[in-house]
Amino acid sequence: MGTIELDQSDPDFVRELAEQPGGETISACFSCRTCVASCPISSINGAFNPTRIIRMALYGLKKEILQSDFIWLCSSCYACQERCPQGVHITDFMTLLKNMAIKEGHAPSGIRAQLKLVTGEGRIYPIDDFDNKKRAKAGLPELPTSCEEIKKLFCGQDAA
Amino acid sequence: MKYAFFLGCTIPARARNYELSARKVAEALGIELVEIDRFMCCGFPIKAAGMDASTLMAAYNLSRAQEKNLDICCLCSSCTSQLAETAYHLSWDEAERSRVNERLSAVGLEYTKSPRIRHFARIILEEIGKEAIKAHLKRDLSGLKIASHYGCHYLKPSQVHDHFDDVEDPSSLDELVALTGAETVDYSGKKKCCGGPVLPVDEKLAASVSKDKLDALKDAGADALCLVCPFCSVMYDGNQKSIESQFDVEYKLPILYLTQVLGLAMGFDRKELGLNMNVVKTKELLSRYVE
Repeated sequence: MGTIELDQSDPDFVRELAEQPGGETISACFSCRTCVASCPISSINGAFNPTRIIRMALYGLKKEILQSDFIWLCSSCYACQERCPQGVHITDFMTLLKNMAIKEGHAPSGIRAQLKLVTGEGRIYPIDDFDNKKRAKAGLPELPTSCEEIKKLFCGQDAA
Repeated sequence: MKYAFFLGCTIPARARNYELSARKVAEALGIELVEIDRFMCCGFPIKAAGMDASTLMAAYNLSRAQEKNLDICCLCSSCTSQLAETAYHLSWDEAERSRVNERLSAVGLEYTKSPRIRHFARIILEEIGKEAIKAHLKRDLSGLKIASHYGCHYLKPSQVHDHFDDVEDPSSLDELVALTGAETVDYSGKKKCCGGPVLPVDEKLAASVSKDKLDALKDAGADALCLVCPFCSVMYDGNQKSIESQFDVEYKLPILYLTQVLGLAMGFDRKELGLNMNVVKTKELLSRYVE
């Protein structure tokens, strides 16, 4: 685990987090570790530890968190959020951290590729003629192979 | 009973067995599923990348259903959760609603009041009911030991799903499976995630999460696993062989969609339920019940 290096602390980070959905509840955390005990990822890979991530955030360790690999290990299963006795929106908090990391330029390439695909094509698996052929063979209705609205909705900009 | 049928991305392209069997079961139960060909991705896959973009996509889809004055029926748990969560959020966050509406005006839509969003399994349980479903069953599946996987977003976050089932002790899927005469199987780690969401980040970790459940199912003596989400099916059905070879284990555990289990009991044949498309072979297990 190692020690937490406080000289890297950014005191504005806590305020920045508190102003956004998912970050507003973290100061209620009293480190009971119910989240860690409930987490399907922590039980396999100790590098992912929600209590520790919350503690790091409250210490203002912005750079260390947003540049980390561990925030991407959250499976968004909500087991922790459902059980948190302090009502911390832990899963929403993890989503917020991922969103912030992307804005700062840190994200696994697969995540960026998904964003480009969905906001560009409107679907994560765009339907082509071959899909429609297979659908017809199975007796399923044809689906559109292109999506005009997505272009108007995003006008080429991806919101990250 | 009429619903806007929200298929999402994965099902029409990768889980046609789920779609086929759901359409059969819905038809038998008298549920009309209306196609809305302008639906797009629910926004769930881009939530990690950008909440604003993912909320906009969900709101777009909700507005499309609202335009037809229809409630939504989803087959995918993540689509259900994403749409329901957005509706929940937009119901109180006015600032977010106006931001979304500004963007939606580009496609001539306005988000006002959300339709109701529910998963197929929840709809049949709540709107048709167990007794009426049972009246449609023609084939007795007794002798089969079926465990259920609830996954995450079918139930959670619980407030956006109106707490319809107990997240700490869920029973809705087992209750539906039990109607068929099959024996329901309990197992350790029943509430755990399939691991699918971390697949694009760490394949080995995702496989390890799935392996835990497959091990528990083997120990519990389940003949098959019943599930309600195409993502979970990718992990347990699509990737089962690769998990077996990575960890040098053998499961050969058939993975069935709830709609395939119910469809079997309703008397549909293998092809009608797309059972030929399941990756782990089901023929041997089901030979006593269907040709």
